[in-house]
Amino acid sequence: MKIKVFYFARLKETLKFSTEDLELPDGENAGTLTILKLKAHLAKRSDVWQQMLLGKLKVRGAINHELVDDNALIADGDEVAFFPPVTGG
Amino acid sequence: MTIRVQTQDFDAGLEMSLLRNARKDTGAIVSFIGQVRDINEGDAVSLLTLEHYPGMTEKALEAIAVQAKSRWDIFDALIIHRVGTLKPSDQIVLVAVTGAHRGEAFKACEFIMDYLKTEAPFWKKEVTRSGESTTERWIEAKVTDDEARQRWTKL
Repeated sequence: MKIKVFYFARLKETLKFSTEDLELPDGENAGTLTILKLKAHLAKRSDVWQQMLLGKLKVRGAINHELVDDNALIADGDEVAFFPPVTGG
Repeated sequence: MTIRVQTQDFDAGLEMSLLRNARKDTGAIVSFIGQVRDINEGDAVSLLTLEHYPGMTEKALEAIAVQAKSRWDIFDALIIHRVGTLKPSDQIVLVAVTGAHRGEAFKACEFIMDYLKTEAPFWKKEVTRSGESTTERWIEAKVTDDEARQRWTKL
């Protein structure tokens, strides 16, 4: 399955990634890929990824522009985003 | 309803005038303007940069305005939010709500701001100055903003 992932604010700055196209094996992920599972997958890249996605920082996730929680399922072609709690206004 | 996310400044007087003249049965316009402060957490702030998530930010603001309109008896809602680099005293956000009477408009305007602060994807980074040195830091989300949002779910 193919998905697009966006990173914002502190995550973008620290991970040095603003967006990427990810291809994940269908067998292990189709129908079972949650936000938390994707975070764990990305966290394997390095200590910095581990700290940013599964550390003390609160990370919010969005799928196709909707805020979701860690258990939300990601489908093929989805646009996923990770970012810290929002601070606008 | 009007939602705008933009780098350029806005003319609150002009926007209010347009809302005022949009329909003759309008009896109340409630507005809020948020602006950049020159101090935060005791440190002098020289610049503030606002980042957003193009596409999602507009949708989130639209959803908040739609919710306000379904909850209170109002005519129209306008949200303008700036992004990019701003300096102290610059305007950040304008929320304006029109209705027949003030009560519903006041509540809807405050609701929109409380939800915007906790649901709309914007992130602030500030440059603080102490003597000769400058420091960049991301602004942390405040618990008081979450509490302000929570009170609308109890009503």
